[in-house]
Amino acid sequence: MRPALLVFTGFATVALLSACKREQRQFSVPNQAAEMVEAIPVSPLQPGGQTTQTVVKNEYEENAYAMSQGQHLFRAFNCNGCHSSGGGGGMGPPLIDQKWIYGSQPEQIFATIVQGRPNGMPSFRGKIPEYQVWQLVAYVRSMSGLVSSAAAPSREDRMKAQPPASSMPKEQPTSSSMPKPAEIPM
Amino acid sequence: MLDPAGRQARLISHIWWVFFWTTFIIYVAVLAFMVISLIRRRVAEKDGLAVTPISAERRLTYVVGGAVGGSVLVLIGLISFDFYTGHRVYSLQDPNAVSVNVVGHQWWWEIQYDAKVTSNIVTTANELHLPVGRPVLLNLASRDVIHSLWIPNLLGKKDLIPGHETQTWLRADRAGTYFGQCAEFCGVQHAHMRFVVTAEPSDKFEAWLAAQRLTAPDPSTYQQNHGRQVFLTNSCVMCHTVQGTIARAKLGPDLTHIASRPMIAAGTAQNTRTNLSQWILDPGHFKPGVNMPQNNISRNDLNDLVSYLETLK
Repeated sequence: MRPALLVFTGFATVALLSACKREQRQFSVPNQAAEMVEAIPVSPLQPGGQTTQTVVKNEYEENAYAMSQGQHLFRAFNCNGCHSSGGGGGMGPPLIDQKWIYGSQPEQIFATIVQGRPNGMPSFRGKIPEYQVWQLVAYVRSMSGLVSSAAAPSREDRMKAQPPASSMPKEQPTSSSMPKPAEIPM
Repeated sequence: MLDPAGRQARLISHIWWVFFWTTFIIYVAVLAFMVISLIRRRVAEKDGLAVTPISAERRLTYVVGGAVGGSVLVLIGLISFDFYTGHRVYSLQDPNAVSVNVVGHQWWWEIQYDAKVTSNIVTTANELHLPVGRPVLLNLASRDVIHSLWIPNLLGKKDLIPGHETQTWLRADRAGTYFGQCAEFCGVQHAHMRFVVTAEPSDKFEAWLAAQRLTAPDPSTYQQNHGRQVFLTNSCVMCHTVQGTIARAKLGPDLTHIASRPMIAAGTAQNTRTNLSQWILDPGHFKPGVNMPQNNISRNDLNDLVSYLETLK
């Protein structure tokens, strides 16, 4: 075979293989308890210095169906009630900006949803099955453009002021909020 | 062959038979002419060429002209009858009709009986009760994608389009149990999106409606009470409503009277204790891809939960 054709075939194979996870649909996901959530640090402030954090890869971030389900669940479980339909915030903080109070990594967002947070974020442990929480995590990350735009939903379920998740500009998460000197309460 | 049980279905079955017999006769006639032309003697030859006498030419013109004219007349007749039937199917009007809101979800039917007094509104799922002989107005809407309402014995297909609410009239003329089906592909479980239609005399219908207005009874045994606890502390409460408890979510079907329904999972399985237990544990066993998740609850909890659900008549 001619070398150019060989190279092209090689690239095409690699591209097709890496893209095939986008459309996978897994039905009947077993429902596991979310026990790993206890060990997730949500702030870089730790006694004894920062330990290496095991990163949990959320494979739903490459799966379009999972993020579309996350989009559906966001409204179904009334996340939009506090964070608003576009994620712009209201009673709750916005989800589309670069400020993450409790961390922007997938496992940190998972912990936030499952454990709840002060000032109003409820704990959904036992109420939302784990795989649905991971779908929500993937969707929340896609709202600020942290997810590959090849897999993010490119069509909103309802009219929104924001562009769809696949065209959202990427908001690089800022380092976790350490209080500035004047804010430390005396 | 067709079994119309209501006004709309009867009109549709009339036009179906009219079309059938008309086209059958034309088909037989065309076949006959074809056979005749195959077995007929050839016309006289002269110098090796077939000769058509002038009289035969004229006859041919008349025949062709007559056939074309006849076809046009038949077509005009059929089209007029079609318009007339379409008008009559949708022209049932009655200000005192029973008004029902049918909302399509993926992959179940939300059915709500309107009432002037708000506390008399009845919300149920996957079952439609109709009074025989009384017109019913169906208000069709959809929560997500396009579905289509189809009750073969009663009503032709009418789409439920998100963002565009439509109405259709319905009247059942014969008591009985019929099945409805979603007729527009709406996702992976479109085939399992059925509902049960029960047409009954007016007084039984009113009795059913009155029973549906009641809230869920309080549990009477320890098992049922524990079952209610299981319902309210697991993920059931995130999606389902049981009127009379704190469970008021609207994502999934209203379960206040689930024990009185003949089928579960939108007409996929009979409403038996075994099926209900298996459905709760793993809905994907019946309908893979459905929005309801698996529920990891212990056998004991599941038994009590199903015992509680069986009290919800």
